[in-house]
Amino acid sequence: MNWILDNLDLMLELTLQHIRLSLPPIILGFLISVPLGWVAYRFQLTRGFLLTVAGLLYTIPSLALFVILPPILGISFLSEINITIALTIYAVAILTRSVADALGSVDPAVRDCATAMGYGPWRRFWTVEFPLAGPVTLAGLRVAAVSTVSLVTVGILIGVQSLGYLFTNGLQRRILVEVFAGVVLVVLVALLIDALLAMAGRRLMPWAPRPRSSRRLALRGSAAPE
Amino acid sequence: MIEFRSVTKRFPDGTVAVDDFSLVLPSHKTTVLVGSSGSGKTTLLRMVNRMVDPSSGSIEIDGEDTSTLEPVALRRRIGYVMQNSGLLPHLKVLDNVATVPVLNGVPRREARQQALTLLDTVGLDRALADRYPSQLSGGQQQRVGVARGLAADPNILLMDEPFGAVDPIVRDELQQELIRLQRELGKTVVFVTHDIDEAFLLGDQVVILEQGGRIAQVGSPTEIMEAPASDFVASFIGADRGKRALSIRKTEHGFILVDGEGRAAGVLVGTADAG
Repeated sequence: MNWILDNLDLMLELTLQHIRLSLPPIILGFLISVPLGWVAYRFQLTRGFLLTVAGLLYTIPSLALFVILPPILGISFLSEINITIALTIYAVAILTRSVADALGSVDPAVRDCATAMGYGPWRRFWTVEFPLAGPVTLAGLRVAAVSTVSLVTVGILIGVQSLGYLFTNGLQRRILVEVFAGVVLVVLVALLIDALLAMAGRRLMPWAPRPRSSRRLALRGSAAPE
Repeated sequence: MIEFRSVTKRFPDGTVAVDDFSLVLPSHKTTVLVGSSGSGKTTLLRMVNRMVDPSSGSIEIDGEDTSTLEPVALRRRIGYVMQNSGLLPHLKVLDNVATVPVLNGVPRREARQQALTLLDTVGLDRALADRYPSQLSGGQQQRVGVARGLAADPNILLMDEPFGAVDPIVRDELQQELIRLQRELGKTVVFVTHDIDEAFLLGDQVVILEQGGRIAQVGSPTEIMEAPASDFVASFIGADRGKRALSIRKTEHGFILVDGEGRAAGVLVGTADAG
């Protein structure tokens, strides 16, 4: 316990650093996955190929990526960009399938009706299909976010500071409580980002069905009879 | 006026949904296309706003060939009401109604204001304006669907089995409401149904379809009832049985009408000089 009390500053600094490293891959992964997912959803021929490749990306060991990327991209082995790019690739691997599935989950009758009312394809995608794909997309985004937060720790192996430092340092110095503190903090950061995403989802999609909530049922019940 | 000229629709899988169909749908009247599934009635309806393009033949609206018109713009000037309302689940009732005017570039505020008035028109409480479609009953959703179809004040209103999924009592209400609305608004309505009673109730012109969009008979409900053009029509409208096959029976107190099963259907009060 003493170790924790003596190192609160270090833990705070590493936590903030960890969050800072986690956010860009989540955001970039999302931005890249939307067009990829759309292509996979829209063109049946590309679907199998794209989703398989995306799935395979996730199987590349992260350490291997840290070694392969620098020579390809011409950056330093120790650069932080390494982490950002590698983790973005993993996020894309998870999210492309989510976005494709999410777009596929939109009720064809609603899409058809939007067309019948005079939505052009572009407008229909952004104002009808994409928002309606939101709940399923968000579910995938939450998985990708938690996965990213946990993968950031691996960056310590190429010297990028994060909560992963507590693992390696704790192991080397045989301070178990330090390793344990690292695990707890990673979990807390993951939960925090997950909760923020869930809150944003409720804010942006007030119409979406809410599991484990009685509010919708209550509103249903109050629908006035004809 | 909508005119179908020798319209044929062959789908890529080879099915011929509509074969050489020609018909004039007069303005400001309700034309009901009625037939069982496979009669091509929905395909015909969807060809009016180019949701489906004919394989051959043409469709004219007020003398204008629709194939020369841009589909998206065409759809915005034609109201569309479908089964299960087809409301956008992520928009509030008011925004659903305002959809087409907003697509047409009407400022959102103005479109919403106008949408509120439309809720009155279709007999919906304004308090429902801020609800999401999933929070309404089936009948209410269908009314919102009608309000949305009317929002851009189109000359033409296409209705694809709009009351097919609501219970009989609500359907009855909605039908009466549509009759009232049509009396006030005088749109050119194209209505698709498989229910002959609904067709006779709502249609100024009723078109009975056989398989492949072949016209079995066109006429007013009275004309069809008086002189079914074929055995198919007679059987389709049920002229030979049930509640439409009425006969007069003399009783001690006067005359009553009995249906095909021999049940009393009404009392004879005189003879009407219908036109």
